[in-house]
Amino acid sequence: MSEEKITPTASVGTSTQNSENGKEMGRRGFFKWLSLGWIAFAGATGGFFTVMIRFLFPNVLFEPPQTLKIGFPNDYATNTVDIRYKKSFNIWVVRDEESIFALSTVCTHLGCTPNWLRTEGKFKCPCHGSGFRMTGINFEGPAPRPLERYKVSLSNDGQILVDKTKSFKWEKGEWENSESFLVV
Amino acid sequence: MIETFKSVIDTLSAPTVSFTLLTLLTPLIFPPTDWFDKLNRKLGIWRLWTKPGLWAGMGFITFFFIVGYFDPNFNITLTKPDNFPIVLMVYSMFFFIWLGMKKAYINDDRLAEGLKPEEYNDPDDKVLVWPDLVYIEFISLILFMVFLIVWSILVAAPLEEPANPASTPNPSKAPWYFLGLQEMLVYFDPWLAGIVFPMFIIFGMMAIPYIDTNPKGDGYYSFKERRIGIFIFMYGWLILWLFLIVIGTFFRGPNWNFFGPFEYWDPHKVVPLNNVNLSEYLWVKMLSTGLPTNIMLREFMGFLVVFAYMFVFPILLAKTWLKDLFEKIGPIRYTTLMLFGLSMFSLPIKMYLRWFFNLKYIIAIPEWFFNI
Ligand code: FES
Repeated sequence: MSEEKITPTASVGTSTQNSENGKEMGRRGFFKWLSLGWIAFAGATGGFFTVMIRFLFPNVLFEPPQTLKIGFPNDYATNTVDIRYKKSFNIWVVRDEESIFALSTVCTHLGCTPNWLRTEGKFKCPCHGSGFRMTGINFEGPAPRPLERYKVSLSNDGQILVDKTKSFKWEKGEWENSESFLVV
Repeated sequence: MIETFKSVIDTLSAPTVSFTLLTLLTPLIFPPTDWFDKLNRKLGIWRLWTKPGLWAGMGFITFFFIVGYFDPNFNITLTKPDNFPIVLMVYSMFFFIWLGMKKAYINDDRLAEGLKPEEYNDPDDKVLVWPDLVYIEFISLILFMVFLIVWSILVAAPLEEPANPASTPNPSKAPWYFLGLQEMLVYFDPWLAGIVFPMFIIFGMMAIPYIDTNPKGDGYYSFKERRIGIFIFMYGWLILWLFLIVIGTFFRGPNWNFFGPFEYWDPHKVVPLNNVNLSEYLWVKMLSTGLPTNIMLREFMGFLVVFAYMFVFPILLAKTWLKDLFEKIGPIRYTTLMLFGLSMFSLPIKMYLRWFFNLKYIIAIPEWFFNI
């Protein structure tokens, strides 16, 4: 019987041998390439995220005007809801017995746009059926709080000025605030 | 005759009626205890899982859809391209539940006789992945692609005009697979119905194998060996998910009002609703004082109710009714089971509270966006 030793092919030749004859990289070479790789990776990701973050600040920002003149108080009849500015400015202008106010058209449940149903005298949301009275108070469906009101004031030329940067929430008692309605 | 059928269906599909009927029927169809099982046998409901049962079920569904097709009102909803998947879903769900239950009943009988489940005698029990399984999958894939292509050629995609935040279509419906969630949103605040519950559904289903460690029924169909589990799952899946999808698709019309399937979608239908929070019931209606200004005082009743339901109730159950279960599965499994189970059953509870007492929120703190 021959004393042949069976060597697994994978272990033929050790790494030191190979690095000695320069065909494979040694320990130092490995670290050199490793650092280079990491630096390249960090550079690429860093650049990518820089560009991404830059992307979040657009050069031109389209912001619809936050204030709007909506005509004279006498343009609005008593006990009506004006839906003319619903599409362009997202408000309903409501005039009741003693005041005019601007209601936001965003349903306080999940943000759909309700419809004003004149015959029923209520705003009704088509998404989950919340209902709001003409005053904006919620009374049916899941909406947890009334519609928000925006700041209204009289401008110098006698027109009503609606300012959407300031809103008034009923549940915080802000509808008492004299800026939230216009006495007529 | 047909008109009577239609008006009967319209009356039955009112949510209070249909939901109650289905809730009562589920334990009869999937009997969780011996008592229900006996009733099931007596009423012959088990026949649903035989061949005649299949034909009867399919026949009824088809009859319903054919009548619906020729009804001017139901036709509008039924033939909407969006709603085609629901029609498929009704058929396929019934078929697969039937198939599973049929096999389960056969095995239950065999096990009762002391025989091994059918799957043990099946000569085709084991198939080779290559080529058998891969071929089956490949052919199914091709057939399915053909079906999808034909479908997309025949039916145009239901695209609408460009989105406009100022005008929401009436009714506004989510994609069909989300209609169950949309229905939940009618009863719960968005953070619960839109975030917590969907997460609970996923995590709850992931937790099932850790809670239900019953080793029986592994590798073969059977009903008897885990009937309570199957019952609870079927209630959640069929009634609280699929049926809500069907409600959302066929029974919800303009202004998100309920309409029977054969009813005309009148956008001016007036449904008297006036929802009241629990705190208002307590302070305004019962004690006839105004709402207290202190939020916690105002809502203490709601907190008490929720606390009792989520924490005291399970402890009581563990001491009495579910004593055996509690001892068997231990506190951690029991708590997990109760957390997911009670959340699940809070949906029907909340629905009934809304329907019968016009209750809006048990805890209502709009100031903190916290409503339950
Ligand atoms: S978004 Fe208006 S009711 Fe849900």
